[in-house]
Amino acid sequence: MHNVLLAQDGFPVIPIGEAAESAVDWLTTTFGWLFRGIRDGVGVIVDVTESALTAPSPLIMTVLFVILAYIATRSWGLPLFSALGFLLIHSMGRFPEAMETLALVLVATILAVIIGIPLGIFASRSERFSVAIKPILDFMQTMPSFVYLLLAVVLFRIGRVPGVMSALIFSMPPAVRLTELGIRQVDSEVVEAAEAFGARPREVLTGVQLPLARASILAGVNQVIMLSLSMVVIAGLGGAPGLGATVVRAVTSMNIGMGIEGGLGVVLLAIYLDRVTAAFGREGRGKRREQAASTDEKSLSDAGDEDDQSGEGEEADQGSESVKTA
Amino acid sequence: MPQLRVRGLTKVFGSHPRRGVELMQEGYSRAEILERSGQLLAVADVDLDIEQGELFVVMGLSGSGKSTVIRMLNRLIEPTAGTVEIDGESIEKLSHAELRSVRQRKLSMVFQHFALFPHRTVGENAAYGLKVQGVPEDERRERAIRALETVGLGDRVDAYPSEMSGGMQQRVGLARGLATEADILLMDEPFSALDPLIRRDMQDLLVELQEDLDRTIVFITHDLNEAMRLGDRICVLKDGRVVQVGTGPEIIDDPADQYVADFVADVDRSRVLTAEQAMRSALRTFKPSDSPREVLDWLDEQEFNGVYVLDDDGRIVGVARDDRLAAGLRDGVRTVSDVLVDDYASAQHDTFLSDLAVLAAHHTVPIAVVDDTGHLLGVVPRAHLLAALSNEEGAVDA
Repeated sequence: MHNVLLAQDGFPVIPIGEAAESAVDWLTTTFGWLFRGIRDGVGVIVDVTESALTAPSPLIMTVLFVILAYIATRSWGLPLFSALGFLLIHSMGRFPEAMETLALVLVATILAVIIGIPLGIFASRSERFSVAIKPILDFMQTMPSFVYLLLAVVLFRIGRVPGVMSALIFSMPPAVRLTELGIRQVDSEVVEAAEAFGARPREVLTGVQLPLARASILAGVNQVIMLSLSMVVIAGLGGAPGLGATVVRAVTSMNIGMGIEGGLGVVLLAIYLDRVTAAFGREGRGKRREQAASTDEKSLSDAGDEDDQSGEGEEADQGSESVKTA
Repeated sequence: MPQLRVRGLTKVFGSHPRRGVELMQEGYSRAEILERSGQLLAVADVDLDIEQGELFVVMGLSGSGKSTVIRMLNRLIEPTAGTVEIDGESIEKLSHAELRSVRQRKLSMVFQHFALFPHRTVGENAAYGLKVQGVPEDERRERAIRALETVGLGDRVDAYPSEMSGGMQQRVGLARGLATEADILLMDEPFSALDPLIRRDMQDLLVELQEDLDRTIVFITHDLNEAMRLGDRICVLKDGRVVQVGTGPEIIDDPADQYVADFVADVDRSRVLTAEQAMRSALRTFKPSDSPREVLDWLDEQEFNGVYVLDDDGRIVGVARDDRLAAGLRDGVRTVSDVLVDDYASAQHDTFLSDLAVLAAHHTVPIAVVDDTGHLLGVVPRAHLLAALSNEEGAVDA
């Protein structure tokens, strides 16, 4: 009877919620095959990753984590922390859950990076695309994560896959943004130099822009990992296994002990992932320092004399910046 | 045929560049065009002919459009209108691939802030142009080392740019430009970011290299003294337009307008102007066979103390001075040749006025300007020297 719904005060009601519902219905019926395909594909990837992480004994995995931490930082602080952290998780009996969570984080991160970095590259080259994608990224980041989870569960049913998919969407924006930012921040004169010598656009991108945007891109990857970890925990509500499921179970059964154990596991995993990826982001700097130290005395004293120009203390990855200010 | 031929080169920045060009053609100035249409006329109708082997300086203050001009020569900035021909080949219609090929073979560039690749070694930086060309790694490294040796950095191949001072970084930038052996070297204010002593060294290095290399160099600067020191010819840009093109002495000697005159007012004229700008032809010369009486009478009439005596080929034999002529007459000398003295100083046409000033103090006759074989080209009287050194416009002609 009514063409336009009216609220009590006579103001028209726009039925966004109903529209969204019927849109989702339409999606599931029309693209059901696509969602089933994604569910099966992502499910397989998660399974493989999870088996790889849970197959070795927790002690062996801990040793591997410690080695990775050492490779990333070249110091003993983080390896020591990770040894204690993972052994603590093991002694709480939460190691398998932690590995399940880690598997979800890894898969979501890899997918987010595979999609996000090319989008960021494209955004850095096309003003129009950059402007168009910005509100979408804002939407992805600010929409409450539970809503994604809800949508993902509707589209992919409960389990691992909605966890990965909602984490993917929630965590991808920093990969796009920081890739775009990093490439745009590369000194335009350096890009011009490559072009002036006749480099192809692809050579400029891979040989100059991406290497010089490396620190920024890796900061983006670090953000992706942290965001997807937070999302993967929330995905416990949608039936995703791991520490998230532990926490959800603890909450629903008012089991404080279990809640603390699950939460502590998440915190330890988060710190470990953050520190390791952040260290990989700074790696270029460490390398450059070593090389500087190995050159002859004369060059070192030169570099010292001209400290304001050569910017010895600057991050090597921001070398173009230091050149600019020289 | 000039190696670089530029005609009507114009760049308008803004949303409707064509509109800017139309207004320019209607004769509006940069400020008027900006007011009427919001378009920025960066470069307006620039014509240049740059010869092979020439070091051509484009000079202007910031905003004069000089950086835009040089970037249109290799299309880092697309011209709005006009043509650029390199060796007779017009570049504005080239496809991207063809343009890249021209950039690889014919052009190289040195940048104001060096624009080195911080993640590559000095050797890799110098070899970059060769890498882009697809030169095999061994040959590339060898040629890069050779280029680095010419700029005095042969021993720093494996260092990173961040370990070097500004002056050394720009040497790497120069080596990168030289390594491809491109005919044309574009230099965009290459020494502006360096401190004055290093800048001086780099200018000397460039002059020295250019003697051997004989590249065609387009050199941008805002520093008039640098322009005067380096440029075979100088083009003065103002608000995107060419105000004057000429050699340094020509520009100082005969500025095209008040803007250039103000610009060159502070230049040390004695180190830019040469004998050529201060000399005039000798009023009269005598032959060795002339009679002393005739010469003395002429000198008395002119109130001069001496005059040059030339042989039949026009080479200086000596100076006939009034006191010696008078003494000669008393002794019954019959020809000027018997009383000649060599009380004179000679200079080349390109001797700087600062050097002439030293010579001028000691002799009774004007300084002789001679060519390589000793022929008298002209003379520089003291009054002319002083007039040339003072920067009053037109003083030289007086």
